[in-house]
Order: sequence, then C-alpha cells, then structure tokens
Amino acid sequence: MADAPALLEAQGLVMRFGAFTALRGISATIRGGEVVGLIGTNGAGKTTFLNMVTGYLRPTEGRVLLEGRDVTGTGPREMVGRGLARSFQVPQLFPEMTAREHLVLAEALADQGQRSLLGPLPEGGRAEAMLARFGLAAIADTAVSLVPQGQRKLIDIAMALMLRPRLLLLDEPTSGVSSAEKGPLMQTVFEAIRAGGVTVLFVEHDMEIVERYVTRILAFRDGELLADGTPEAVLRDREVARSVLRRKEVAT
Amino acid sequence: MFRRADLRLAAAGAVLLAATSLMPGWLLVLAATALAKGIVALGLLLLMRAGLVPFGQAMFYCLGGYAAGLGSLWLGIRDVLLLLLLAGLAAGAAGWVVGLLIRRYRGIFFAMLSMAFSMILYGVLLKSQDLGSSDGFSVPRPTLLGLTMTGTPALRILFAVTVLLTVLLAWGVSAYLRTAMGQIGPAIRQNEVRVSYLGYEPDRLIHREYAASGLLAGVAGALVAMLVGQVDPGMGFWMTSGEFVFIAILAGTGGIWGSLGAAFILEAVHAIAFDVAPTYWRLILGGTLLVMILRFPAGLSSLAPRRVRRA
Ligand SMILES: Nc1ncnc2c1ncn2[C@@H]1O[C@H](COP(=O)(O)OP(=O)(O)O)[C@@H](O)[C@H]1O
Ligand SMILES: [Mg+2]
Repeated sequence: MADAPALLEAQGLVMRFGAFTALRGISATIRGGEVVGLIGTNGAGKTTFLNMVTGYLRPTEGRVLLEGRDVTGTGPREMVGRGLARSFQVPQLFPEMTAREHLVLAEALADQGQRSLLGPLPEGGRAEAMLARFGLAAIADTAVSLVPQGQRKLIDIAMALMLRPRLLLLDEPTSGVSSAEKGPLMQTVFEAIRAGGVTVLFVEHDMEIVERYVTRILAFRDGELLADGTPEAVLRDREVARSVLRRKEVAT
Repeated sequence: MFRRADLRLAAAGAVLLAATSLMPGWLLVLAATALAKGIVALGLLLLMRAGLVPFGQAMFYCLGGYAAGLGSLWLGIRDVLLLLLLAGLAAGAAGWVVGLLIRRYRGIFFAMLSMAFSMILYGVLLKSQDLGSSDGFSVPRPTLLGLTMTGTPALRILFAVTVLLTVLLAWGVSAYLRTAMGQIGPAIRQNEVRVSYLGYEPDRLIHREYAASGLLAGVAGALVAMLVGQVDPGMGFWMTSGEFVFIAILAGTGGIWGSLGAAFILEAVHAIAFDVAPTYWRLILGGTLLVMILRFPAGLSSLAPRRVRRA
C-alpha cells in the first residue's frame, strides 16, 4: 500500500476563520486503495479538512493535490468531475424531493459525460438497486423532509455512492444512526464499494468501527495532525489515548 | 411521445385558433398580449424554479421589441417569422452576455442586478434620439411568407402566429422540465452546495436558463411590438418588469399552466379594471392580485395535480 501512487495530498493546509485558526498546517497523503480513518475530538478540524480537500473551502495556506495535480482553489464540481465524492456530517439533501428523486438525479449527473442531461431522467436504473441496498425502498417516494434522520443519513451516503467515485470521503457516516444500526450501515457502504477498489477516508468516533475497516488512521487535535500511522500504532499512542480517545463517546 | 398534457396544450391552442374569426380587434390584441406575457412567464418559470426572481426581465422584452422594429426599419426584414427569430436571438444573446456576470448572484442581489441592467437599457433608449427617445417609433406591419397584412385580418394572423408560438414554446418548456437538466434548477433552490457535490456547476445552469428566459422575453416583446405597431422605452421600464414578477409569483413554479394562466388573469383584470374605473384601475388590479396571492400562496400552478406523492 505504501508504494501505491498518491491519490490525494494535503500540503501544509492552514485554515483561518478570522482570528481563529481551525487548521494549523496539516500535511497528509492518501494512496490508492487505502481506507483511512480520521479521528479527533469535536472541533478538532475534521470537517474543515474535508471541506478544504474537496474544494469547498479555499485554504488560507497550503496546497491540495489530486493525483499529483494542484487542485487548490477549484470547486467541488471540479473535484467530483475528477472522481471524488463525499457525504456530510449533517445530511445535505433536497428537502422537497423524495429519496428516489435524489438517487435518480445523482445517477443522471454521474453519467452526464455519457448521457445528455437533455434526455429523460434515468428512472428505473442503478438508483433502484441502491435504494434496495440501503433499505430505503419503503420510503422511496416520501419527501425527505419527512424522513427520519437516520434514513436521511443513508440517502446522503447513497447519493455519494451513485457517483461511482474513486475517492470517497465520509464525514461521520454513523452519527445520528442508532448504535445497533452502525455496524450494518458500514457493512452496506463497504459492500457497495468493495468491487470498485475505491479509496476511502472516513471520519468516525466509534473506534470499533475504525479498527474493523481502516488500514491507517489520521488523528487530529486542535487543528493539528497528532498521529498518522497504522491503527495499532495510532490507537496505542499515548497522546492519542489521552486527548482523543478519552472523549470518544462524544459524537458530533 | 405525446403526453396528455401535450394534447391539452394542443387543444387549448386549437380552441383559440378556432375562436379567432369570432373575436373583435380589441380582444385579439388583448388576448395576444396576454399570450405574449405568458411566454415571458415561461422564461421566468425556469428561473423561479431555481429560486431566482429577476426584477429586470422587461429589458429582454424591450430588446426583443426594438430588435423586431429595427430589423424591419434598418435591415428591411419584413417577414414576421424572421423578425421573431431575430428578436429571440438578439435577446437570447443579450441574456447570455448579462448572464456571464449575473450567474454568480442569488436572491436579492440577482434581482437587483437584473433590474440595474434593465434601467441602463431604459436610460440609453430614453436618450437615443435616432430611436425616438421617449416616444419610441412605429413598427411597420410585417408580412407573413410574402403576404402583406392590413387591418383586422392582420391582427387575426398575428394572433394566430402568437397562439402557435405560445403552444410551441410552452411545449418546449414543459419538455425541458421533464429532462434531467430540468430537475437541476429546483435542486439548486433547495441545496446548491449539494448540486456542486454531485458534479454540476449551479452557475452554469443559471446562466443557461437566464439566457433562455431572455430569448423567450425577446420573442414576446417582438410579438407585442408587431401587434401594437409601436415600441417605446416603457417596454423596458421597471413597472413592466414588476408586472412580470407579479405574473411569475402568481403563477408559482408548478409548470407551464400556472404561467400561462397567470398572464391571462393579470391581463384580463388589468383590462377590466381599466375599463370600469379608469382612475382607480391600479387599486383594483393591486387588490385582486393581493387576494389571489393570499388565496394561492404557492401560485396558480399549485392547483394542478402533482406527480410526486407527499406522505
Ligand atoms: N465557517 C466557519 N467559521 C468559523 N469557524 C468555523 C467554521 N467552520 C468551522 N469552524 C470552527 O473550526 C473548528 C473546527 O470545526 P470542524 O472542522 O467542524 O471540527 P470537527 O469536524 O472536527 O468537529 C471549530 O472550532 C469550529 O467552530
Ligand atoms: Mg465535523
């Protein structure tokens, strides 16, 4: 894995919001085929990091490279066009649309290179299989504003998967999901992407889930990269144990 | 590939065409104006679905009118269809150019920027003595496929052209709303960030739809210019834009019927109010609109049955 080519590189990322510095120079590399867990307490800068490497936030300092190409300052549209997809800590949905409409639209936009958007929506296509896979068939025709939070989270993740990404970033996929459903949810996500050899970075507070899936861990503390290494090494790190794991039950 | 909605549209067009010979001149002008404003409303429907309301759409309406008039006077184009094409292309191109800037703005900034552009055009036309300043100029009666038209028969033919064009454009817009691209506007209104994370640039769609709405308003302006035989800067004044905004809000975002219906209602109330109370017609018009908007807060198109089930 260590010799696989770098897919995503963050070089000295700094993010300042006014006088407050949320990220203080983060450098990390994600290589093709890795499954990386991003851990850190609430407010450590995990979401800010995802916002920057996906082009939503322009870093105050530093660069973002995707497959060696400098993509700093390009927007999410360009990043998605290059094979990236993400899900959100707070589901980012279209309140008036149904789950099915979300996935069908995602499919249409995923295939915009092959199929003209001036054609009909791809109804009855891959979206149906995705609805079934995530157990969303029963609520497929309900406006998502009326759907419970846990299922909204699933729709958010399913939309990202519809894009058939090469690099998938998940921001706390299991937050807001009942503890009994966390395991099955992650299993569904990884089943959905297993065939494609997708590279994954996910933010997670539940260390059991982290240990089950990841090949490497990045640990953030107060906007700094505290540790970067194998799960065994990072989870046994004293500083990580003291300042990150101690508050692992606080899920935000 | 024709749907029942398309058949309804064709039937409505056929009824209007059949009624043409029964309608007196004043009614022909009134109905054709209402249809033309319906065409403007179709363009606004695209933008409204994306959550945008331009306060200066009369700019394109006015441009279309002047393009038809000048195409006739300066370029010697007399054919009604060629003039409509010219006006549509001119206004569409103007929409594209303005769109380069306005595509980045949302909400009140989008609305005011559009209004600012329309006031620039209004100001320029007011100062252009070659174009008749505040009086404008008269637009010669066009010909249709080489046939000269005069008097009430000319109005009949122009009305018929307006009906056919309205049906065609409404059909085009409703077909567009059924495409994948037609779904992106509402998605932008509901969550723009997610649209870009699905790999589509929201600004790009807004730019395209803005240019398309300019084209539609331009065609409408040209129709009215040829019908009335006159253009003046008032076509581009903010009051005209305000009327379009009224129609758009009354219409709602549910589809083409709301837009066409709202234009008809506004034009009819306008005419009746003006007839009944020449001094207080604005009061009646305003009052009626207020009542209608209170009665149908989601617009007239909310009366049409929806395809999506709501739990
Ligand atoms: N847009 C913003 N403006 C100001 N402060 C922000 C903004 N986004 C995040 N922050 C701050 O940056 C810090 C890191 O936030 P975040 O990246 O959301 O943390 P995490 O996802 O690790 O919980 C927090 O203190 C948060 O309040
Ligand atoms: Mg977060």
